[in-house]
Amino acid sequence: MKSLIDLEKKINSELTTKINKTKINHNQIYIEIDKEDLIDVLLFVKTNKDAKFRQLIDITVVDYPEEAQRFKIVYLLLSHEFNQRIVLSYFINEKEVISSITSIFPSANWMEREVFDMYGVNFKDHPDLRRILTDYGFEGHPLRKDFPLTGHIESRYSEEQKKVINEPVKLEQNYRNFDYESPWEGTKYIKEQVNTDDKKN
Amino acid sequence: MTKKIKNLNLNFGPQHPAAHGVLRLILELDGEVVEKADPHIGLLHRGTEKLIENKTYMQAVPYFDRLDYVAPMNQEHAFALAIEKILGIDVPIRAQYIRVMFCEIGRILSHILNVTTQALDVGALTPSLWGFEERETLMTFYERASGSRLHANYFRAGGVHQDLPVGLEKDIAKFCETFPKVINDLENLLTDNRIFKQRNVDIGIVSKEDALDYSFSGVMIRGSGIPWDLRKSQPYDCYDQLEFKIPIGKNGDCYDRYLCRIEEMRESVFIIKQCLAKMEKGPIKTFDGKISPPSKKEIKQSMEALIHHFKLFTEGYRVPEDEIYTAVEAPKGEFGVYLISDGSSKPYKCKIRAPGFSHLQSMDYLIKGHMLADVPAVLGSLDIVFGEVDR
Repeated sequence: MKSLIDLEKKINSELTTKINKTKINHNQIYIEIDKEDLIDVLLFVKTNKDAKFRQLIDITVVDYPEEAQRFKIVYLLLSHEFNQRIVLSYFINEKEVISSITSIFPSANWMEREVFDMYGVNFKDHPDLRRILTDYGFEGHPLRKDFPLTGHIESRYSEEQKKVINEPVKLEQNYRNFDYESPWEGTKYIKEQVNTDDKKN
Repeated sequence: MTKKIKNLNLNFGPQHPAAHGVLRLILELDGEVVEKADPHIGLLHRGTEKLIENKTYMQAVPYFDRLDYVAPMNQEHAFALAIEKILGIDVPIRAQYIRVMFCEIGRILSHILNVTTQALDVGALTPSLWGFEERETLMTFYERASGSRLHANYFRAGGVHQDLPVGLEKDIAKFCETFPKVINDLENLLTDNRIFKQRNVDIGIVSKEDALDYSFSGVMIRGSGIPWDLRKSQPYDCYDQLEFKIPIGKNGDCYDRYLCRIEEMRESVFIIKQCLAKMEKGPIKTFDGKISPPSKKEIKQSMEALIHHFKLFTEGYRVPEDEIYTAVEAPKGEFGVYLISDGSSKPYKCKIRAPGFSHLQSMDYLIKGHMLADVPAVLGSLDIVFGEVDR
């Protein structure tokens, strides 16, 4: 398989029912699938002689908290043989459990643990689903958009108790998020202010 | 009468000097043979990805220095390339050569550290003393170009922050003449050294299949005999205009990986020489005032430049909505940035793909059946730096 366009056509024709959308951008194929078809599609791109995506580069999640299908799960794959990359993705909601792909790609083990740790997405049939990057006994999922940048607890050494203790974060000054939008275009908060004032009048 | 023997659980690290940082490795030992290894990572987790989501694109660059802090500029390169691809801007040729040159300096920095500390782990002290002297010289080059020995913050989308100071090119050229001799000296100490070979040959063998399955990249995959280097296969910046060879191993053991690294250092010197020869005077960043800040002189004279300067350092430049994965060949393997922009001046999502993460993951597979004393040797040849593993 020489070009990405050929590969895109091939994937579309062989897996017609399983592919929702494909597009080529930045020299990669972006493929949108359904959650249920993940294993089939992965097995196809891994073993097909014209694709040979033998290596899983990474698994990650994009969080869109305002959507019903909140998480976009992304799989990045690389084919050494044909020097091509694809990006597989699908959407799930917060409660859904997705199937682990550790049986297809052994390296998915830690990547899925990281996804579980950072976003709280649960995997079915994962051999060892523990937190990986955060501390032992950590609560919450830090990379979710609704997790505050400062976190919930802070650690310090307590002179009285002679040990390291955890307590809720107390900030002397709240984290400030400046609105740099150009005043000529009208910033959001001024527009909202104007609108509410109008309603009052 | 038979006695029941229980396997011993051993904590290796997080303060063990051969753990190369803050690795906590829980080893299950049957006598002196390792049955199982369970690496606990995250002791250096700083939430880089979360922080980047809350910073403008320009403010996010320094976080990349703090990932693999042994070769900072290679990481910045991946981020800069990702933004450039989305924005669709061209980088002036001089800037490309400067960036490639400093990436190769970073590669030498990283490989010296790895080769010499690996030697240290198996009992040779002298290589590290000799190697660190050279690292010091290289970090001075970093300092002269960027103002900082380690956390350079030098690459920008569209070029580099500032031009090289006068005389730096000459000094780097001088270094290229003297450094190969140091590699020879290191090789004299190690390559045919009986103890070094006994500790490394046939240790931690990775087959081609497993190298692919475990998402290995960089020296880890080349050591097993797969000729794969992103600088050749998916060239970025001016790598396609440079000549260099990709050394590959045969057996996939620790010793082959060591040999690959030594050979890569020689190739890097060769690349740096070519960069110096081809580099011509010229601009070092894109002229687009909406992306790269104006010079101090312009700010004094032009109102537009002043506005650009103000907007760039408060709001930052905006990046149109897009999704991209960009990878570079960092010294340790494929370092990638998966960037999602939403049209604002801050990244919506920035996932960092660190090579060390998947390498360390295979620790259990690599060390099973080896002796306890082989753990530092294997760990050393994986080339782990915790800044990037934990992020």
